[in-house]
Formats: sequence, structure tokens, C-alpha cells
Amino acid sequence: MAISADDIQTTFLLGRLDWHAIPQDPIVWATFVVVAIGGVAMLWMLHKYRLWSWLWTEWFTSVDHKKIGIMYIVLALVMFVRGFADAIMMRLQQAIAFNGSEGYLNAHHYDQVFSAHGVIMIFFVAMPFVTGLMNYVVPLQIGARDVSFPFLNNFSFWMTVGGAVLTMMSLFVGEFAQTGWLAFPPLSGLGYSPYVGVDYYIWGLQVAGVGTTLSGINLLVTIIKMRAPGMTMMRMPIFTWTALCTNILIVASFPVLTATLVLLTLDRYVGTNFFTNDLGGNAMMYVNLIWIWGHPEVYILILPLFGVYSEVVATFTGKRLFGYTSMVYATVCITILSYLVWLHHFFTMGSGASVNSFFGITTMIISVPTGAKIFNWLFTMYRSRIRFELPMMWTIAFMLTFVIGGMTGVLLAVPPADFVLHNSLFLVAHFHNVIIGGVLFGLFAAVYYWWPKAFGFRLDPWWGKVSFWFWVVGFWTAFAPLYILGLMGVTRRMRVFDDPSLQIWFIIAAFGAVLIAIGIAAMFIQFGVSIMRRDRLRDETGDPWDGRTLEWATSSPPPAYNFALTPVSHGLDTWWDMKRYGQTRPRATYVPIHMPRNTGAGVVIAGFATICGFALVWYIWWLAVLSFAGVVAASILHTFNYARDYHIPAEEVRATEDARDRQLASAGV
Amino acid sequence: MSTVSPQAPGDFWEVEPHHHHEGASTSIGFWVYLMSDCLMFAILFATFGVLGGSYAAGPGPKDLFDLELVALNTAFLLLSSITYGLAMLAMVKNNKGGTLGWLAVTLVFGLAFLAVELYEFSHLIHLGAGPQRSAFLSSFFALVGTHGLHVAFGCLWLVTLMIQVGQRGLIPANRRRLSCLSMFWHFLDVIWIGVFTFVYLLGMI
Repeated sequence: MAISADDIQTTFLLGRLDWHAIPQDPIVWATFVVVAIGGVAMLWMLHKYRLWSWLWTEWFTSVDHKKIGIMYIVLALVMFVRGFADAIMMRLQQAIAFNGSEGYLNAHHYDQVFSAHGVIMIFFVAMPFVTGLMNYVVPLQIGARDVSFPFLNNFSFWMTVGGAVLTMMSLFVGEFAQTGWLAFPPLSGLGYSPYVGVDYYIWGLQVAGVGTTLSGINLLVTIIKMRAPGMTMMRMPIFTWTALCTNILIVASFPVLTATLVLLTLDRYVGTNFFTNDLGGNAMMYVNLIWIWGHPEVYILILPLFGVYSEVVATFTGKRLFGYTSMVYATVCITILSYLVWLHHFFTMGSGASVNSFFGITTMIISVPTGAKIFNWLFTMYRSRIRFELPMMWTIAFMLTFVIGGMTGVLLAVPPADFVLHNSLFLVAHFHNVIIGGVLFGLFAAVYYWWPKAFGFRLDPWWGKVSFWFWVVGFWTAFAPLYILGLMGVTRRMRVFDDPSLQIWFIIAAFGAVLIAIGIAAMFIQFGVSIMRRDRLRDETGDPWDGRTLEWATSSPPPAYNFALTPVSHGLDTWWDMKRYGQTRPRATYVPIHMPRNTGAGVVIAGFATICGFALVWYIWWLAVLSFAGVVAASILHTFNYARDYHIPAEEVRATEDARDRQLASAGV
Repeated sequence: MSTVSPQAPGDFWEVEPHHHHEGASTSIGFWVYLMSDCLMFAILFATFGVLGGSYAAGPGPKDLFDLELVALNTAFLLLSSITYGLAMLAMVKNNKGGTLGWLAVTLVFGLAFLAVELYEFSHLIHLGAGPQRSAFLSSFFALVGTHGLHVAFGCLWLVTLMIQVGQRGLIPANRRRLSCLSMFWHFLDVIWIGVFTFVYLLGMI
């Protein structure tokens, strides 16, 4: 264990980066060739159609919350493909590594695959997807023109991209962590993980974490300060409520992750003894700290989707949400309780019966507000005329799936049961059951629900249904066997198996993963088909689902300024009220609209931060110092720019709004 | 849309232009940021709480800390908070020269604090009591060092603001920035009082 960073051979120019950094693995080479061909083809297309300046001015430097939201979701979808590739590799390995077979992944590679799968799916798929959704929808729902800090929003996005770039880079240059997605020491210490894997993990998450924290502050303040007149807290759409709670959780938990990773970094780089086995270090403290962040993180992911289901249920039943107030209080209860349960992730640590009982009971209590939510949705649906559009289908699939996942969770909350099931495939099945069945299904519901708002046309329902059925059936085929295997005592993260009787279950699970792959393919085909047939799927009204909240009060896609006139709220479901009282947009003398100006500063600062992360991974100290100086200098330089806003001229507003009137007239509204 | 609609409870659109006061969200946004920063210190304090007694047969607080030096340092930082307050008072009176003068005094105190802290650190490392020696010293350096790093960035920010106030005067944007740095500066003072009490004073008992 007496290894320190000084013992590692480095050169001045490149640190520890040398030819050995190229992975000795044909699978990685083949992946690299495919990615390189795809990348070159994309660059060539961008060049051929002269899209560079369009991308830069319209998207990369944009401070428009709608465009940033869409970019977040694009990032999430790209990373989703990578994360799923990892998943299907694991399923294939576990399906064939029986009867003396080593499978096709060596231990070094397999350990990286399961670590990268977890990290990517949580940090670079679920998080940007949820953040993108909140970014897009929240300002529209509260009748605002943008978020409170538009530049910070752009910067946060690019920091998230920077983290994703570092994580992806580890595939071809060096290695990724082989520690699992939370990198527990002492395994993640320098003694057992001397190479760059854990360092990629640390710096990828730190760079992205800055973005996440700042975007949490931004959206939190936006919801508090930017609501339309009349929209009191108890008149906020339920999605905005859940977004508020999620951003409170982000602000109150991500600093814990940052601090914990800083301590791990110091152990690895400076030789401190926070989590080491000797000189007074305490590895279990890391486990406590990381789960103090990690459990709220689970609710950061799921709460906004509870909001999505609420919006979808109310819209597609055509009824006001049953129990709005109890829904709000349930959300707040979950927000608070999520800080009181972290120890249930390691009952087996041996804290004693009293501590384990406390955390077991708090965990079970969380199921009460969650159950209240389920009943609220059911009562909203009760005796209503449900329209079975895709978002509603996903919502029903969620309710059926998530309830089972929730019940296995309550089972795991019983400490004695957890001692048996801890670290088993039962646990893996449980959290995939709630994350896929809760978060991912909700994200799909949200994409189908708000796509027409973002792009002005609906998604093709036929391919959507293909995707839906393959996903739902594939999910249960892939994860039901893991429940069974877990109950039989099979532990997680195994590369090879001795007992041939288990193989059939892994083959079934692999088959389920193939079904999910078809579901994913169908979803991308659905996007392509819908874009090609967009004229037939066009929505002129801006309100294709007969919605209830303010985002449906403006055109699809909304103009840069969202609302030419500020909406006023007189109760819950403001847009529904507007329709009920026959309130149409008044003709007014428009005035110039004050808007934030685009800036490239976010790209530049995040770019320096990413280079700094890379330099630190490889011990290239001169580059780390220079790029960090770049971060500081670019940030300071940005503050010398006082001209951060401009006005959209009144004529332009009038032209846009007149066009909207003609569009509405042609749609017969 | 039906032709006969029930009586609306009021207008649903503001026809008069709606003005958001520029920078209205900055103070609360910065407060929320400070709270997130506070949480980071909370973790470092908790870490010190857990590991603060793990000397690994090495030196403990009584062998290492020089309370008189720390008292001097504490005085520097507390005085810098007062002088920053005086800078803010000058700002309210629209006195640009006074603001800049008091900011300069604050900067001197901040730099003096950093100098003493760096001296203390180098002294400890020279004694063989560096952050690698024991978990106690790891958590000590992490907590005190993170605070020092914050003060260093605060000084950099202060210089930047002095230039900007010098260039553009006490315009609303600069006033907003000065009050953000003010919150940051006082926040670091509060953290330091925690460090002084829990790390130094309690360590010497």
C-alpha cells in the first residue's frame, strides 16, 4: 500500500501518457474504428452543409433555456447509446461465461464495463435528461422568458459535456475505473487502482458536478423569483413543484459529492489518509459520505418524473389532478426523508441493531408519500375518459412496473432481509426496476408529451407503440430473471459462473436485453420517421393534447421570448382556465422585449476545465496549471463584459405574433 | 371554444409591459450558492470530527498549534470583515474613493491572513506534520486549506472588482457584485470562527 503518486514514472511533457495508454483490446479498437468513421462522417456533413456557424451561433453559444434543454437531451441520448452498449456487453458476457468458458471480456475490461455503465447511465444519461427537461419546461410552465441566470445555464451545460467527454475519452486513452459506479476505497485508492481509471472517474464527475450544482441553483432561483403574476406556490404546476424539490436536493447534495471526491483525490494525489487502511484513515467514512449524496440523488432523478406522470395523467384524463395539495406535500416529504435513509445502502457495515432499525424504518416510511402519489394518479384516472396516447401508455406501464420495484425496495429495507440480499442480483433487479420503470419510462412519456411543443409536430405513434411494447416486455424479460437469481444468492458484478444451472436465467435476461435494443432502435426510427413526415404530423395549435398548464398557451415551438405578454394566473391549471373562460390573447401594442445575449464564454471556460481534467488524469502538471489559469482568466474576462442583453424590436414581436394569429386561424382555433 | 363562457376571475394577460428588475435574482442566487458551499465545509468539519483524533502515533494539536499566531490570524480576518463593511457603507453613500480605499485595506488584511496561514502550513510540514502524516493532519489541512483557498479566490475577486469599480464606477452591476463579494467575505469569516473554535480552541483543551 505504500505507493504514492511520486512513485509513478512520468515525463515532463506528457506526464504518464505514453503508448501503453492505448488499450490492448481488439474490441476497443473495433469500437474506435466505428466511432472514428462516424465522427469523420459527421464532421464532413457539417462541413459540406456549412453548418458550423449555424451550430455555433444558434446552439452552442445560445443562452435560450429551450435550446439548452434540447442540447441536454441530445447529450443524454448519445450517452444512452454508449451506456446501453455497455449493458448488452455485460448481458452477453454473463450469458456465455459458463462451463469453463471465460466469455469474451477479460476481467480488466469487464470491470470497466460495469463501472462505466453505472456512471454513464446515472451522471450522463439520467441527469442531463432530467436537467434538460426541467430547463425546457419549467420557464414555460411558470410564464417566464428565460431562467434567472441564462449565461450560467449555458456554462452548466458545457461543463456537463466536459465531464461526458472525459468519461468517453477513457475508452480509447487509458482505462476507466474498475471499481463500480461509486468507487469505494480502499479499492479506489492508489494502492489498488494505480492507473488512470479512477482519475478519469473523479475528474469526469467533478467537471460535470460543477455544472449540475450551478444549474440546480439556477433553476431553484428561477422557480422562486420568475413565476408569472398570480402564480402562488400552491398554484404552480406539479411538474414545476417536483422540479423545485429536485433542485433543492441538487443544491443540498451535490456539494457533498464534490467534497467527498476532493478527499479521495487528495488521498490519490497528495498521499493524505482520509480513506486509507493505515495512519488513521477510515474507508467507511467514504461510504457514508458518498451515500449521503447518493440517496438524495435517487430522488433527484425520480421526483421530476413523478411530476411528468402527474401532468400526463391530468391531461389525458381531461381532469384536474386528484389531490394536488397532497401531491405537493408528498413531494416535500420525500425531499426531506431522502436525507434520512442513506445508511440502508450498507446495513451490512455493522452499525448495530438500533442504527439499522432507524434507517430501515425511515426507508419504509418513504413508501407512504410515494404510495399516496400512486393513489392520486389512480383516483384521477378513476371514471374518467382516458385517452391512450403514448405518454399515457408509458404512465400506466410505469405504475405497474414501479409498484413492484417499490415493493422489492421495501423488502430490501428490512435489515435482516438485506443481509441476505445485499450485493446480490436481487438488488440489481430492484434498482433497475425503479430507475428504468420510474425514471426512464417517465422520460419517454415526457419526450412524447413535450416533443410537439419543442418542434411543432407530433411523434409517429406507430413506431412509438413498437418501441413501447418492446421496451416493456424486454424490461421484464431482462430483469425478472435477475430477481430469481438474486433470491438464489447470485452476487452482482460476476464475470464467470461455476454453476451451469444458472445459465438459462442469464440467457433469458440477455434475450430481454435484445428486446430492449429493438425498443431503442424503434424509438430512434420513430424520431427519424416523424421528422420526415413532419408536415403530416404538424400541430398548428400549440396545444395538441388539450393541455392544462401554461407551456401550451404559446406556439409550438415557442418564440425566443416565450410569451409576448405576461400571463396571469388565477388558480391551478392556468391555461385550462384561459380556455374555460374563453380568454384569448389580447391584441396589444407590443414593446421591445429585453433578452439575454448569446455568449461563447461558457464553451471556452468549460473547454479549459475539461483540458485541466485531462491533464490532471495524466499528471501533465504544466498543462493542468495553464488550463486552470485559463479557467480563471476566462471567467474574470467574462465579468468585464457588461453588455449582456439586447432588445427584440417591437416590430419583430408584432410580426411573430401576427404569424401566430394566422396559424391559429388556419387551425380553426 | 364555446361562445358563452363563464365570468373570468380577472385578466389572464398583462397588456402593460412587465419589467423584471435587472439582477433581481442575483442576491438570492448567491445566497443559495453560499449555502451549497457551506455544505461542503460541513462535510469537511464532519470529516475532521471523525478523524480529528486519529493521530496515528504522530503529533496532536497540543504539539503543533500556536494559539497566539492563530489569534493574530483571526484578528486579521475579523478586521477585514469590518473594513469590508465600511467599504459597503461608502458604496451606499456613493463614495467611490472611499469604497476603493476600504476595499484596499480589506485586501491587505486578507493577504496578511493568507501569509500567516502559509507560514503555519510550511512550519507544520517542516516539522514532519504534513497532511500525509496522519488522518488528523489530513483532515486539518483539508479543512483549513479549503478555507484558505476560498480567501485566496476572494482576494482575486476583490482585485477584479476594484479594477471594475475604478473603470466604471459604482454602477448598479458593480454594486450588485460588491454585495455578493460582501456576503462571500462575511461567510468566510463565519466559517473561520467555526475553524478557530472547533479545530484550534477545542484541540488545545
